[in-house]
Amino acid sequence: MAVQPILRVEGVSKTFPGVQALDNVNFAINPGEVVALVGENGAGKSTLMKILSGAYRRDSGTIYLDGKPVELGDPYGAQQMGISTIYQEFNLTPTQTVAANVFISREPLARGILGRLGFVDRARMEAEAQTLLDMVGTAVSPDAVIRSLSVAERQLVEIAKALAVDARIIIMDEPTSALGDEEVHKLFEIVRALKAQGRSVIFITHRLEEIFEIADRIVVLRDGQYVGELKIAEATIDKIISLMVGREIDEIYHKEAAQIGEVILEVKNLAATGVIKDVSFDLRRGEILGIAGLVGAGRTETARILFGADPKASGEIWVEGRLAHIRTPEDALRAGIGLVPEDRGQQGLVLQLSVLNNLVMPTLSRFAKRGWVDRSGITSTAQDYVDKLTIRTPNLEQKTMFLSGGNQQKVVVAKWLLSNPKILILDEPTRGIDVGAKAEIHALMSELAKQGMGIIMISSEMPEILAMSDRIVVMHERRVTAILDRKEATQELIMAFATGQATEGAMQ
Amino acid sequence: MSETTVNDSVGSVGAKGQVSPGFFLRLFRGQEIGIFLVLVFMIIAFTLLTIPEGESLSSQKFLTPVNIQNILLNFSWTAIAAFGATMVIITAGIDLSVGSVMALAGLATAWLLSPDTAPAMFLSGGEAVPTIITPLAILVGLGVGAICGFLNGFWITVAGLPPFIATLGMLQIARGITYGWSQGWPVQRLPQHFTAIGRQNLPIGNFNLPLPTIIMVIVAVIAWLFLTRTVWGYRVFAVGGNEQAARLSGISTRRTKLLVYTIAGLLGGAGGVLLTSRLGVAAPTAAQGYELDVIAAVVVGGTSLMGGEGSILGTLIGAAIMGVLRTGLNLAGVPAYWLPAAQGTIIILAITLDQWYRRQRGAHVGFSRMFAGWLRSGRA
Repeated sequence: MAVQPILRVEGVSKTFPGVQALDNVNFAINPGEVVALVGENGAGKSTLMKILSGAYRRDSGTIYLDGKPVELGDPYGAQQMGISTIYQEFNLTPTQTVAANVFISREPLARGILGRLGFVDRARMEAEAQTLLDMVGTAVSPDAVIRSLSVAERQLVEIAKALAVDARIIIMDEPTSALGDEEVHKLFEIVRALKAQGRSVIFITHRLEEIFEIADRIVVLRDGQYVGELKIAEATIDKIISLMVGREIDEIYHKEAAQIGEVILEVKNLAATGVIKDVSFDLRRGEILGIAGLVGAGRTETARILFGADPKASGEIWVEGRLAHIRTPEDALRAGIGLVPEDRGQQGLVLQLSVLNNLVMPTLSRFAKRGWVDRSGITSTAQDYVDKLTIRTPNLEQKTMFLSGGNQQKVVVAKWLLSNPKILILDEPTRGIDVGAKAEIHALMSELAKQGMGIIMISSEMPEILAMSDRIVVMHERRVTAILDRKEATQELIMAFATGQATEGAMQ
Repeated sequence: MSETTVNDSVGSVGAKGQVSPGFFLRLFRGQEIGIFLVLVFMIIAFTLLTIPEGESLSSQKFLTPVNIQNILLNFSWTAIAAFGATMVIITAGIDLSVGSVMALAGLATAWLLSPDTAPAMFLSGGEAVPTIITPLAILVGLGVGAICGFLNGFWITVAGLPPFIATLGMLQIARGITYGWSQGWPVQRLPQHFTAIGRQNLPIGNFNLPLPTIIMVIVAVIAWLFLTRTVWGYRVFAVGGNEQAARLSGISTRRTKLLVYTIAGLLGGAGGVLLTSRLGVAAPTAAQGYELDVIAAVVVGGTSLMGGEGSILGTLIGAAIMGVLRTGLNLAGVPAYWLPAAQGTIIILAITLDQWYRRQRGAHVGFSRMFAGWLRSGRA
């Protein structure tokens, strides 16, 4: 068994001001192998990946390609050597077409003098882009503008872009975090096809369940160090987690039975043209109501309309038995509704502002007398919540961009808790955060429900939906297709309603 | 999030274990120190450059009471307008109309005060406008500025125009009204009690502190309190840092921006009235191109054009740098025609230096923090 690893790194270290991001890490991957790289946020996964893709320079250590030491130089150099990277944050130019993005910096030139003058052969570019898009199995047109695509579609374009360079090693940084189950399956098919062609894939993910479907081997990093690896045959989720966190975690899905009280929110026939149709459900005090569905089913849209972030065309929202007129997020805030949006960085936080300033955003006026902010008041209240939610930050003045994903999410949740909401909507509350923080967020949701808050949780993670919800609203193509009870819900049943294979009539 | 962010490793330092910074450090909050040092460096450089050949330091021509007084006076109105522009730029907006609004506000005030133009009911027989009219005329000038600013804000928030376009329109509109209203003639013969505001000095020893500078400092303190201590100030930073997140936190982004543009108009008006009072004449061409000086002062002062970051103190230093630069280059013998090129070059150098230091210490930590650390260790 003397397969030469296609890529091997030895003793790689990288330091950032105040942080040892990677400490003497070894890593190797064989041709045609899929390796899952896992670890909590801050473990060094992305740093290692960025070194391999040429985005960062290592401080020390050696990188071997086909057994020979190499210098990758920059991302372009790494691509030339056959290493292609799909980043977690998309690297697409939103105003350009799919084809232009797929061939960015490698546009095929026109023949003859025009080509020498830099003219692009657009027909050829679109045709080749079409081939690649077919390969990843998407119906997206090569001349569609990126801006008009959904997150999942953009993800597939990123993959097509990586394939365009004919890479031997493809690094995927959390490619599934923005995808629904359906798209994830499609992605895995692509990965298997790549593997069959003898290409190697390094796969970074927080969704541990996925690893078993796709990876041959699992490499675990913790605090910038290599802590071990597992063959897929011998791995279990518990083993992976204890390697990742260096201790046992009792439970990722901490669900406590709460006293379920009277209805506090009633949504009646909510509709917005082209967005959602006839959405009705209710929410009770102490209840966690899960909303399941595929990407694009209208879950986030429902939440945003409920919260007044987007306009509704018709329908009614009743809060505590009174018709609520919610047209702006301010109205929602006044009605006692909070929203933890799906995208922390874009919608939840002002990243360059401090923890303190983010925490008090919704409740500023309560801390002010005639416009003057009571600074000691907000500081002590904010510190209270930082302690209560164990938000790990050096101080309240720390800019939120420097916090880990889990701690950022806790800041967003805490921001709403300050406003004492009756109803809290959480959209993908644990997306992209590490296992430890995930467990903490779940425990917090349980605790809030126990205190009598009504919680709506949108999630694309089936285990999370099944474990945390008291009832589950399933959406398909902008409509509610089922409302299932905790006891009757199974993964298969939810999927059947989410894909439109079953309808409510059939069930009852 | 990237794995490289400073999180838990910093967390172990602990919130309470830190050395409490002194007043000086707190005043500068780190970020303004870099640019403050640039100012100090410039002053030293110009002092040395203006020593006539073969003579001693004491014969330098830069740090003389009269010259300092001139510099202070000359950047006062720019600074006042720039405080408003700072707020606009913190919301990730821009106000190109400042210069025109200054001219229009100045004209409105002057028009009410000059015996040549004032409505007859204001004239008290003897051709002069009674003193009592002066505060009213000033208020009208400020009001005109505020209305221009409000219109900017209205176009941006209600009509949804990009700030660049809306304020570019206002730049033309306000200037056009100024020309049309004055018919191209300067409004002169302003009463002495009005021009005194711009020309009065507060003698401190043998140094005369210009009244406009005192007004500028008062406005700076108010603007600083507004931005850092009031609900509205907090919202300005939130909206500029991430408009979506601010809106989803229940902040009315529309009202916040409307307020900020109105304040910018008001302060532009104040700068215009002050300028008019100093010059004793409201010319239709007054303050032409000032918007660029104002924006330069804000940006040199460290306020980010991307929004969400910036400070009044930074802008004050930025405006001072612009003032020192103009006078200093003049005294150092740079020919007047070449002055703008030299100014532009030095602005670019100053900002490059500041950016370079910021990058040196990692993103968003800044030269300043390094310097603060150095100060602390030096004292300990």
